[in-house]
Amino acid sequence: MKQTFAIAIGGAAGQGVATPGDIFAKIFSRRGLSLNAYNAYQSIIRGGHTLLTIRTGPEHVSNMGDRIDLLIPLNQDTMDRHLKLLTSGAACIYNAETIKPGSAADGVQLCPLPVSELADISRNKVAQNTLAIGAGLHMMGIGFAALEEALREQFKKKGESVVVENVGVARAGYDYAAAHFTAFPNPLPKTEKRYAVLSGNIAMAMGGAAAGVKFYCAYPMSPSTGVLHWMAAHARKAGIMVRQVEDEIGVINMAIGAAHAGVRSMCATSGGGFALMSEGLGMSAMIETPVVVIDCQRAGPSTGVPTKTEQGDLWQMLGAAFGDYPRLIAAPLDIADCFKVIPEMFNLVDRFQCPGLVLCDLLLSEGRLGVDPKDLDFNPAIDRGELITGVNGNGNGASAAIATNGGYKRYKITESGISPRAVPGVPGHIHTVATDEHMEDGVLISDEFTNPIKRRAMMEKRMRKVVGIEAAVPPSTLWGPRDAEVTLIGWGSTKGVIEEACEMLNEEGISANQLQIRWLVPLHGEVILELLKDARQTIIVENNYSGQFARYLRSETSFVPDGNIRKYDGEPFMPHHIVEAVKEQLAGKTKLSVPMHEIMV
Amino acid sequence: MATSVQRASQLTMADLKGRVDPDWCPGCGDFGVLAAIQKALVELQIPSHNVVAISGIGCSSNLPGFINTYGMHTLHGRALAVATGLKLANHELTVLVTGGDGDGFGIGGNHFVHTMRRNVDLLYIVMDNQIYGLTTGQTSPTSRVGMKTKSMPFGNIEAPVNPISLALAAGATFVARGFSGDQKHLTELIKQGIGHKGFSFLDVFSPCVTYNHDNTYQWYRPRVKKLEDDAAYDAADWTAAMEKSLLWGEEIPIGKFFERTDLPSLHAAEPVLNEGPLVHLDPRVPPDVARGFIEELM
Ligand SMILES: Cc1ncc(C[n+]2csc(CCOP(=O)(O)OP(=O)(O)O)c2C)c(N)n1
Ligand code: SF4
Ligand SMILES: [Mg+2]
Repeated sequence: MKQTFAIAIGGAAGQGVATPGDIFAKIFSRRGLSLNAYNAYQSIIRGGHTLLTIRTGPEHVSNMGDRIDLLIPLNQDTMDRHLKLLTSGAACIYNAETIKPGSAADGVQLCPLPVSELADISRNKVAQNTLAIGAGLHMMGIGFAALEEALREQFKKKGESVVVENVGVARAGYDYAAAHFTAFPNPLPKTEKRYAVLSGNIAMAMGGAAAGVKFYCAYPMSPSTGVLHWMAAHARKAGIMVRQVEDEIGVINMAIGAAHAGVRSMCATSGGGFALMSEGLGMSAMIETPVVVIDCQRAGPSTGVPTKTEQGDLWQMLGAAFGDYPRLIAAPLDIADCFKVIPEMFNLVDRFQCPGLVLCDLLLSEGRLGVDPKDLDFNPAIDRGELITGVNGNGNGASAAIATNGGYKRYKITESGISPRAVPGVPGHIHTVATDEHMEDGVLISDEFTNPIKRRAMMEKRMRKVVGIEAAVPPSTLWGPRDAEVTLIGWGSTKGVIEEACEMLNEEGISANQLQIRWLVPLHGEVILELLKDARQTIIVENNYSGQFARYLRSETSFVPDGNIRKYDGEPFMPHHIVEAVKEQLAGKTKLSVPMHEIMV
Repeated sequence: MATSVQRASQLTMADLKGRVDPDWCPGCGDFGVLAAIQKALVELQIPSHNVVAISGIGCSSNLPGFINTYGMHTLHGRALAVATGLKLANHELTVLVTGGDGDGFGIGGNHFVHTMRRNVDLLYIVMDNQIYGLTTGQTSPTSRVGMKTKSMPFGNIEAPVNPISLALAAGATFVARGFSGDQKHLTELIKQGIGHKGFSFLDVFSPCVTYNHDNTYQWYRPRVKKLEDDAAYDAADWTAAMEKSLLWGEEIPIGKFFERTDLPSLHAAEPVLNEGPLVHLDPRVPPDVARGFIEELM
């Protein structure tokens, strides 16, 4: 078992849960520790209950894990909800003056802080938080200098006196722990690695900037709003036009308008907004103007649970827009992949002149991961495909007389289905694009006349791109021993937790391997069938009620797994959920496991 | 709108003739609007490859197919959103948005209001026939109370929207009304609308001879009165414009209701465009800037 350490900080929204979280995250990542953070919260600005889990360790930490080593409840509610989750070896640091502990399991260390003795609480409203950080770091075996540096950065905007005040309070907590609490047996190590800590939303936004996105627009919707926030804050430095639009219908249409002018254009939303974008996606496909749309899934249907995760939009995405049309759908596997998938997607949609959809979810969008800065490559390959941009000059100097059509056909029928795309402003390539069916030159075949032969030729031209898309996208591979006793199949964000469940199963003597799907379209069904043909027991793991991926896989390949593990309570899987479900299925007790989430948030 | 005027008398009406002839019903008001647009472009000598005509869906929205400029025939009601994106990505282009009353004030009403308040630099021409033409004659948002259509056979009981008042209230910086039956006047308004740096709204009475037997050429002709003929009318006076916009009946004003030139258009207000249109910017984030983005996270 790899060494990890998890802290959970809980309180009401507005109580300042985020700041200690940021400080711990900074200190861990600067020690060269990997980290994964997940914030369980509600759609409320003040009040409610928030529980932030930060799990760290010297090796890659891919998910929130099963165990809380240190609980820091900032209010009674948090204590009441979560103390019972702690097991032997864990500790709980709390304000002895405002919070009463309940009964803890054997071996759990209760660490009460006499807050008003240690800090002037009339001056410092969040003294209990800072004391707890100091105490906690001492118990983890981390020197005070790291904390001082982090506090300095955190508060430097507020002036030196605030910095000094907070460092003093943190020091008091640190020293108090040294005198009164037992440190954890394994001090947190240091490594030579360096990490950037970021959310999936920031990763996708930065991935967009790296891909050369010049136009980004959105309408705020959790959990996608972080993409908009990063884009807006960095727009001027990155040279990106960022617009907040009146609704998601406007968003997709505006994004396509910008793309049509010749820039890379992107937008993000969640399920409800994506529903409004459906008709626009069809336009992108029909006029063959590429656009990238991100859907950060949250628990549905309808407004659903805005702050909770789910993988419930797959069929909406598969069914988005009417008619048949080429497109791509990718589900990033983790937060680093959220960055990487965007430039990849842009190269593909530019090449194939069609919409590209990124199916993310709250777990990745709002979770945080320590990522090797080398994986945030701002110099990726950029392939704009067959794009004609002002080869004859950008149009400014050209005279009106040469602006004839020059025989250019926007929708020229080709073997690949791809027709060279000229953007407005280029002389000699004038044409009109249309959402009505059209001929090679763009003239409609829907109004004055229809023509079955031409319609068929245009359908086949567009759909031929699918062959190219399939060849351009690599199929998934099987991770782990080929002859494993059980094969776990997942897609997108469940990669990390399934991976850890496989490790745990293997340690318990149950050999397990994993097939994680990143590209939903193209799916490469044949390759999947080949990979699964010798599998001994197959189980599909997904974060939704009806087994959306299982149904999709069956519809594409006729493959039916031996069992399913599903979760639709709004919270992500924890590794033990999967391990226990696999065991009950191997024992023949059930074919459908729905693990119960033990953490009540 | 910003335009680059080329050497005189090069662009001709013949250059602007589309690949196919319009398929509108004989006598449809939209013919007059198309001709007026073509005349205005010839008079302004804007190179046709720098013009983009963008429309939604409807009889009137078929216009981009009938003119030899770049064109986009988008979705019902969405032309203004598409046009905003396109203009922001390449503000050197002259953008004309053309469509119908259903397209613009019904399904596209939300974009209509927001594009005006944003002052996007484009000319929006609505061929207002007070009916849904393409779908064979249903009530539109500008159909008068009492008008009988296939969708309201016993007469419309909903008050129509007043596009001119709405545009004024939403902050449009150029607001005008034309009549397809008065070509010369309409051409002049189109030229002014193109010249205006900001959002120009031009509502055009464009009779549907097939489905609207109430608002015909004969009905309009005695009623329309040019604001320009009233020497005392000041198009810089918003309140006066609002008052005029409410006139409907024996006298219906056409012409320029309102123009203000003191507000920057959206692209002019956006510092990201200081270096030029987005389409000409280097797609790469400079290495030192990229490094800064990553260091923020460490
Ligand atoms: C989303 C959607 N809803 C409905 C339609 C059908 N439709 C096409 S044109 C139109 C109305 C056109 O009226 P208007 O915009 O006034 O144009 P006109 O034909 O009168 O010029 C409708 C309802 C459509 N194309 N798309
Ligand atoms: S139906 Fe009406 S609007 Fe449409 S083309 Fe005919 S006359 Fe014009
Ligand atoms: Mg109409």
